[in-house]
Amino acid sequence: MSAFNAIDADRDVAREEYTPGIEPQATWCPGCGDFSVLKALKGAMSELGKDPEEILLVTGIGCSGKLNSYFDSYGFHTLHGRALPVARAAKLANPDLEVVAAGGDGDGYGIGGNHFTHTARENHDITYIVFNNEIFGLTKGQTSPTSPKGHKSKTQPHGSAKDPVRPLSLALTAGSSYIARTAAVNPNQAQEILTEAIQHDGFSHIDFLTQCPTWNKDAKQYVPYIDIQQNDDYEFDVTNRREASEMMYDTELAIHDGEVLTGRYYRQDDRLSYTEEKQAIGEMPDEPLAERYHDDAYEWERSYDLLDAHK
Amino acid sequence: MSDTIVWRIAGGSGDGIDSTSQNFAKALMRSGLHVFTHRHYPSRIRGGHTYVEVRAGTEPIRSRGDGYNFLLALGDSFARNPQEDAYYGDEETKPIAENLDELREGGVIVYDEGLIDIEEIPDFEARVEENDWHVYPLDLRARAREKGREVMRNTAGVGATAALLEYDLGHIEDLMSDAMSGEVLETNLEILEDAYEDVTDTEFTHDLRMPSGEHDEQQVLLSGSNAIAYGALDAGCRFISGYPMTPWTEVFTLMSKYLPEVGGISEQVEDEIAAAALALGASHAGVKAMSGSSGGGFSLMSEPLGLAEMTETPVVLVEAMRAGPATGMPTKPEQSDLEHVLYASQGDSTRVVFAPGNVREAYEQTRAAFEIAYDYHLPAIVLYDQKIGGELRNVDESFFDRDPDPDLGATLTEAELAEAAHHSSGKFNRYRHDPGENGVSPRSIPGQKGGRFLAESNEHTPQGHISEDPDNRIAQVDRRLGKHDSIRRQFEEADGSHQTLYGPEDAAYGIMTFGSQQGTVEEAVDELDDAGYSVKSMGVSDLMPFPEAEVTDFLESVEECLVVEMTASGQFRGLVQRELGRFGPKMHSLLKYNGNPFEPHEIVEGFRSVLEGDEPATTTRFVPAAGD
Repeated sequence: MSAFNAIDADRDVAREEYTPGIEPQATWCPGCGDFSVLKALKGAMSELGKDPEEILLVTGIGCSGKLNSYFDSYGFHTLHGRALPVARAAKLANPDLEVVAAGGDGDGYGIGGNHFTHTARENHDITYIVFNNEIFGLTKGQTSPTSPKGHKSKTQPHGSAKDPVRPLSLALTAGSSYIARTAAVNPNQAQEILTEAIQHDGFSHIDFLTQCPTWNKDAKQYVPYIDIQQNDDYEFDVTNRREASEMMYDTELAIHDGEVLTGRYYRQDDRLSYTEEKQAIGEMPDEPLAERYHDDAYEWERSYDLLDAHK
Repeated sequence: MSDTIVWRIAGGSGDGIDSTSQNFAKALMRSGLHVFTHRHYPSRIRGGHTYVEVRAGTEPIRSRGDGYNFLLALGDSFARNPQEDAYYGDEETKPIAENLDELREGGVIVYDEGLIDIEEIPDFEARVEENDWHVYPLDLRARAREKGREVMRNTAGVGATAALLEYDLGHIEDLMSDAMSGEVLETNLEILEDAYEDVTDTEFTHDLRMPSGEHDEQQVLLSGSNAIAYGALDAGCRFISGYPMTPWTEVFTLMSKYLPEVGGISEQVEDEIAAAALALGASHAGVKAMSGSSGGGFSLMSEPLGLAEMTETPVVLVEAMRAGPATGMPTKPEQSDLEHVLYASQGDSTRVVFAPGNVREAYEQTRAAFEIAYDYHLPAIVLYDQKIGGELRNVDESFFDRDPDPDLGATLTEAELAEAAHHSSGKFNRYRHDPGENGVSPRSIPGQKGGRFLAESNEHTPQGHISEDPDNRIAQVDRRLGKHDSIRRQFEEADGSHQTLYGPEDAAYGIMTFGSQQGTVEEAVDELDDAGYSVKSMGVSDLMPFPEAEVTDFLESVEECLVVEMTASGQFRGLVQRELGRFGPKMHSLLKYNGNPFEPHEIVEGFRSVLEGDEPATTTRFVPAAGD
């Protein structure tokens, strides 16, 4: 008898179920790419038949962080850069939850960069969506970690002297086992990739290009986009780390030349998720820990039985 | 406390001083004595002068003693070249030279003449004569080398100690047999017994002997760190996340050992921001969780600490203070993180802070921290330091014979959620404005049917949606902060208090402290009352919410009060004044911040500064009351 009956309810879930009655209309700017993330997430979750109450959507701070205001499920709107540590612990506490984390490029690649690399390294079975608009939007248009070199803003009046972060390469090096880039301008591909990422047993990283028409580029500047799986010019094996690495490198350069490459970049299906790794060494119970607190028959261990070493 | 032995084993860090002293303390406990240890060690892996004191007597012991009376000085096998004027000084002789100032008159010195050249120690002969010390040089190294390996010289030293104190080897041999086997055991036993017999055959000039005692019931020897870990386990904590930092690492290590054995989870993570954030994530998903650190790591936890307050996520944090600021003195105790822990993070604090005063309180208050955190949905912090974390003392085994408490507190089941108030949109009203008298709005857990809500770090509506509406803001702030009043009321109405009163109730003068210095203050109270003064003490453990009524009663009942704390700026005295708004002219401060915890005589002298105007000990600083 589970204490969490929303989990694995195994029913058809209409996309409308994910629309909250309290804030049904998102208040992002007209033309914002964030709408596409919300739409793709609703589509993917519906496709997978996920009950809103078996989903925990954990977000950081920024325009992207409001995703769980507009998506009806359990949610945790955390702090700038801190979505991943909250998300991955929730997954450890109850591996039956469908845990998705989301935030912006400043959130994930800047202030939360340490958490990003370590969560990827550990290969937690969660999905991480990074809204990459190459700008700080909510604080009004400052240069972000993915802004191109030379990017001018009020905080970088002479143009950024820094090369931008390479999100895909970073994820690969850190140890992410599913890496993709999609774009708000390509809703079909976005939903397909999100569905795959959620299904993947391990850490899935999606760099989601979300145009910011107010402070950066509008949608037109991400068109035309190329799906590397659909284009004969980009043949490579997504399960081959070296080939993936090269493809990522080219993609990260191309975007600053106006060429928008998207698609699946890497996947590693034979790697154990972190939960499985910990179970294999006896550091994690087989049953979700969260269930134990509702099991009246469980005999809780006590320190009194550990005292022999102190006698 | 006259009938006590304070045995100090001194040598190089990395020479096994710690384990030797623990075994000796345990042997004394087994033979019926009460024991208490005090550790002093440098922030280095190997080398550097270190010592541990084992105090033993027939009555329960609350504190380290004033000085000590038996020195076992081993050589420092990691000492730098004594011929050069090394940065760390002349390390080979430190096991004796560094320890002479605190050796009492009539004390005993056993030293390893194989490693220490007594001629190198200035004025040694003169000091021995002046203080009536009894010196027994033994070539411990040669004894160890002859039969086994050089590291076994500790064993020879323990054998010599036992002989000189006429203490039977039985319990020591039993403990060795528990820990070793085969040839190593045989060799050690041989070295132990040979040293014992050879020394027994010599002529003794000293009077000191080990007292004999008896316990009414089975005893266990454990430290404050042990007690915190056990309190957490018995409170149903099954998740810990952390990052190593001295001295909090002890609790983290113990929990990382126990949790997998009981189907729990321990996570070592990238930094302390993540450590505390993981504990929040696990708690949010329905597991009793903790994290912790020492001062610098706790700085990083400021962020998730505030997040726990705003989202009302239960969590327990432990903070092992050490001398600061910045990296400070990593292995040295201090209490100067008090204000840091009370007020860190933006916004008004809604946390609960406990500072246990001894090993038993460390266990009790860790349990209380979990109970309060999960009943009231806020972070509860156990504030301690290296002194209480590392000192070992004996406790009745039966103290731990009690039921575990895995209750999740104010959490609803799915059946209860079906009956609970929801918004018309179907969202659960997680943060109701007026949930009842204690201000706690029960929570749901992700995965439960009918419980979905948004845990929100922005100010939020009852469903967790972002809101900057002024009326909602006031309602939510008042409810969150109001939990302090409910908790204070609960503590006041409870059977026992977390504050510890000691000494005659009608005493004219008071000494007040918080946390780890409590036992030392109590010993000073005994000494002062024996000397004809009229003194009592209060050890305060509830730091937030502050026990206004109890502290007011105490301060009103005395003419003057000495406030004892290991800070340089009188943070605790400041807290009392801030919380009570008066008593400034009554409270004198005695501060110590040289890296060593108070000794009873320093408190006695500080008290005499209040009444007699005497100079306080040079290791302490006396600050008279406002207007004095």
